[in-house]
Amino acid sequence: MRIGIPRALFYYQYFPFWKNFFEQLGLEVVLSSPTNKEILKQGLEFCVDDACLPIKIFHGHVADLIGKVDMIYIPRIISIEPKEYICPKFLGLPDMIRNSISNIPHIVDTELNLYKGKNHILDHILNLGKILNIHQTRILFAYFKAIKAQRQFEKLMIEKFVTPQDIIDKRLTFIENQTFKKRRNNIKVLLLGHNYNIYDDYISMGLIRKLRKHNIDLITCEMVTKSQIKEGNKKLSKDLFWTLGKKTTGTAYYFLEHKKVDGIIHVASFGCGPDSLVGELIEKRAKLEYKIPFLYLNLDEHAGEAGFDTRLEAFLDVLEGRKHIEDNISTYG
Amino acid sequence: MKITFPHMGNIYVPLKTLFESLGCEVILPPPCTKKTLELGVANSPEFACLPLKINIGNFIEAIERGADTIVMAGGVGPCRFGYYGEVQKEILRDLGYDVEMIILEPPRGNFLDLINKIKLITTQNNKTIKDLVRALRFAWKKALLLDNIEKQSSKLRPREIEKGQTDKVYNSLVKRILDVKDETELETLKEEISKAFSKIRVLKNKTPVKVGIVGEIYTVLEPFVNLNIEKQLGELGVEVHRNIYITDWVRENLLPSFLKPKDCKNILKLAEPYINCFVGGHGQESIAQIVNFSKKGFDGVIHLLPFTCMPEIVAKSAIPRVSQKFKIPVMTIVLDEHSAEAGFRTRLEAFIDMICHSKEVKNIAVLSGN
Ligand code: SF4
Ligand code: SF4
Repeated sequence: MRIGIPRALFYYQYFPFWKNFFEQLGLEVVLSSPTNKEILKQGLEFCVDDACLPIKIFHGHVADLIGKVDMIYIPRIISIEPKEYICPKFLGLPDMIRNSISNIPHIVDTELNLYKGKNHILDHILNLGKILNIHQTRILFAYFKAIKAQRQFEKLMIEKFVTPQDIIDKRLTFIENQTFKKRRNNIKVLLLGHNYNIYDDYISMGLIRKLRKHNIDLITCEMVTKSQIKEGNKKLSKDLFWTLGKKTTGTAYYFLEHKKVDGIIHVASFGCGPDSLVGELIEKRAKLEYKIPFLYLNLDEHAGEAGFDTRLEAFLDVLEGRKHIEDNISTYG
Repeated sequence: MKITFPHMGNIYVPLKTLFESLGCEVILPPPCTKKTLELGVANSPEFACLPLKINIGNFIEAIERGADTIVMAGGVGPCRFGYYGEVQKEILRDLGYDVEMIILEPPRGNFLDLINKIKLITTQNNKTIKDLVRALRFAWKKALLLDNIEKQSSKLRPREIEKGQTDKVYNSLVKRILDVKDETELETLKEEISKAFSKIRVLKNKTPVKVGIVGEIYTVLEPFVNLNIEKQLGELGVEVHRNIYITDWVRENLLPSFLKPKDCKNILKLAEPYINCFVGGHGQESIAQIVNFSKKGFDGVIHLLPFTCMPEIVAKSAIPRVSQKFKIPVMTIVLDEHSAEAGFRTRLEAFIDMICHSKEVKNIAVLSGN
């Protein structure tokens, strides 16, 4: 049995878990190709045109799997943290796919709903077992194995300041050498944005590659501990109910407050509901209260790479200029 | 304390009544106009959804007229509406307005919470729980009456002989309902209403095209935002029904779930093959209502949403399938700050023409079938 996993959306968050879980159960895990022109084209063709770019791209990845697998795993992700959601489009994702793409393989759309508590992950796992017709003990065994891999993955990102892609693609030497302490003088940029946007090299037009080429030290929400995020979010007057938004605000406020970054880049999809409010809250604070340079990059299918690069270069120039002045002051002062 | 709140269709009528019966002074924001919109757009996040922006416009205009307390509904997601209040609070603060914002979080089984917040407003005015209950009942009765006259008007509009007469009557009745001071007066007004409506001369045997309106609630309820779609369709000779009226909104948002009407849930079942779960806002309901309108023999449905509205985008993905399966034409209209009246009317006309045409074809098919 081959189970397909679209290389999009929560692939960047949960792939180690999914891969280990399904492989442990004896299934062959097939990924769609990395996002490319053809996938984007198919996504645009199938998806309702008002959706945001990552949702469109997801449609493209599903289409890419047709003919290569026996079933496709598209969980209905309602909530992954108690009292929080991702966004309405995630709630309706399996429906959107069914409504828009015909002749697809069987969709495994088991609900993942941790709204009422983290232990409900077991409901998801056991229901998967029922659908796949696999005995409970085997399912639980696979679950424990998978959760271990997932924890290691999350820990590594925090300890080594590496991205999901570094780990999944096994860039081992890079990970080994990645330590901030040696290069204290590098510019530090906080890269905010949903994981499926910033880590998808095609969607983000190689943003991470480009920043690394400029010797920028990157920090993303995935590289920050939960307690740091919690501390940052104390600044909110009402709890946010979007998991990704909350991760973003927590990370941003934490680093703004501790003055640990030289600049902030916020990547958002055009038309993203949560980010339209969250982004605004952060940008205002960063600029008004902390005077930290802020670059807002809005992604959609029409964004041109040339303009994108120009804005990025200009922003990095500003950061370098500021750093230079700072260094000089501290040497002479 | 001078209270204000955002506009959404006629909701200002029961709200004003409620707060005034509780002894508060109410400053209504002036009706939404281009200026409201401009104020809202200029001071809101660029990519926020339209209702948030117009709310901001309402608030600023009301503050300029002396309001010092804003009452706003809250929420727990998944949609943006639940965080509107917080963002709006920051916007107004950054603009330098010194206003109090009371955000009523929905009860989620905790009806007492809401009562307590309202009590907070009222105890300052020495009102008892009994007064509160009475005020709520009075406001609710007004809301029911408003829904009633709206429904009657949409029946009359396509049939009226003298164009514009229904709207004249309707507008004056809304004013009358707003001004009524107690329940007995409201009872007498009921008679006045049926008299006023019966005076409108209509084409008795006309059977107008019937169109349902579904979609995101704010765009469905607020005529300024939907470019007066009900009136426009009425002028084109169409009888319009909505899937949602003010009392529905109150039932859904402010009542604990055990008080909700049962058919609410049953209707949602109709959507399940296409949208299997709650997706925030009215996304799932829009689909259910399209099916429902088709079953009730409507000739077409218009689906309204603000630009980037998340639940309705999910709904939109289902519309082609639903429309085909239930053989009902559906037109989606996306509304934003640039929506213009001119192109809008043409689109409506084209849609209605199409419906009439396919209806004729159907009738001919039936006739020749006989
Ligand atoms: S980009 Fe925003 S709107 Fe789109 S799926 Fe993600 S959270 Fe939802
Ligand atoms: S339902 Fe639509 S308009 Fe309302 S808050 Fe959500 S996205 Fe905005």
